[in-house]
Amino acid sequence: MIETLERLIGEHPFFNGMAEQHLRFVAGCAKNIRFDEGQIIFREGDEADQFYFIREGLIAVELVVPPRGFTTLQTLGAGEMLGWSWLLPPYRWQFGARALEQTHALAFDGKCLRNKCEQDHDLGYEILKRFTHVISERLDTTRLQLLDLYGTHA
Amino acid sequence: MAPMLEQWTPAKISADPMLPVPYRIKRVRHETKDTFTFDLDPVGDGREFRYAPGQFNMLYAFGIGEVPISISGSDGAMIRHTTRAVGTVTNAMRNLKRGAVLGVRGPFGTWWPVKEAAGCDVVIAAGGIGLAPLRSALYEIMEHRDHYRRVTLLYGARTPEDILYRRELEQWRGKFDLDVFVTVDRAMGDWRGMVGVVTKLVSRAPFDPASVVAMMCGPEVMMRFTMMELRKRGVETERIYLSMERNMKCAVGFCGHCMYGPLFVCKDGPVFRFDRIAPIFGVAEV
Repeated sequence: MIETLERLIGEHPFFNGMAEQHLRFVAGCAKNIRFDEGQIIFREGDEADQFYFIREGLIAVELVVPPRGFTTLQTLGAGEMLGWSWLLPPYRWQFGARALEQTHALAFDGKCLRNKCEQDHDLGYEILKRFTHVISERLDTTRLQLLDLYGTHA
Repeated sequence: MAPMLEQWTPAKISADPMLPVPYRIKRVRHETKDTFTFDLDPVGDGREFRYAPGQFNMLYAFGIGEVPISISGSDGAMIRHTTRAVGTVTNAMRNLKRGAVLGVRGPFGTWWPVKEAAGCDVVIAAGGIGLAPLRSALYEIMEHRDHYRRVTLLYGARTPEDILYRRELEQWRGKFDLDVFVTVDRAMGDWRGMVGVVTKLVSRAPFDPASVVAMMCGPEVMMRFTMMELRKRGVETERIYLSMERNMKCAVGFCGHCMYGPLFVCKDGPVFRFDRIAPIFGVAEV
């Protein structure tokens, strides 16, 4: 089982070039998971103890905006990563997430990985480098969204 | 890249490119809150309207002014234009009803490499009203679908309410030989589709970077970032085409209003192969 997960994880671009012993560590914190359409994955303010790599499907990152209700800030699909609040205190989700269609993902135990990263700083640095890349991409696309490119005054 | 299947020369509506020819609005369709489509028929007998996807006409609202509008389609003598109401002329046009008459000059400019893309994967990336000049290219490709390999449409709009050609997009989505990805920059609760910038969709598009032809139209920043994503996937600049927008007045390269570095957008464009404009693309002073 772990071997299969190791292979799946190793094939994901996020883990490209990661040392084998680190991949084994990471695989030890991972499991396959499925979300049904409409299923809440996590809610804003809940403890952030996991993160996900989406293998197939579509997930909305959302926020309740009174009085508008649930507002989707961004959707994430196959090959993308969901969640980094597990990395930073207070380890609470800043936003909610919901599956918009049936979604298959790899779920990683954030607490477990965090502890491993504390023990093995080489692994911690590898993980942080990779998450920084994802966070930077997310920031870039958010900046583009903020430009309101298609607005009347664009 | 595959050789050009046939050479094509656009035929002007009028022998004098500065002389508008009267066209009557046959049908008006309001696509979104600020975009509308006119089907225009020539007043009196008209010849078949011949153009290449990517070209534009100058539409003249009598007594108000003239604007360059890309050609979204045609059927015999009928010409279809989708326009966004953003200025004095286009806002006046939005209020025109069936039967009103407009002046038309054209077609002008360069076109999408639809013929040259034969034998290749095709990626069409459009943002907002940028789908209008690509619509006719997509139809041309779909009409000769067996000439192409994988065909993908990436489309981004501001909100779900701003999605252009919604009904056609649904039809295109239903085709097995066309991959359609639509995203919006912002959405409320009942939208079940993608949210995020259109540039992100490039990573999802199925294509071979070595044999793809990419065509894009939209706000310049959107094109700049889409370009970067295409380059990240290994697409060479000579495989990327984009439609530029500048203040076009005469449409024949006389007045200089649309100068873009050493080029005239009206005559040398609006469709450019990217490597030809790469040194000036995104330069603030140009």
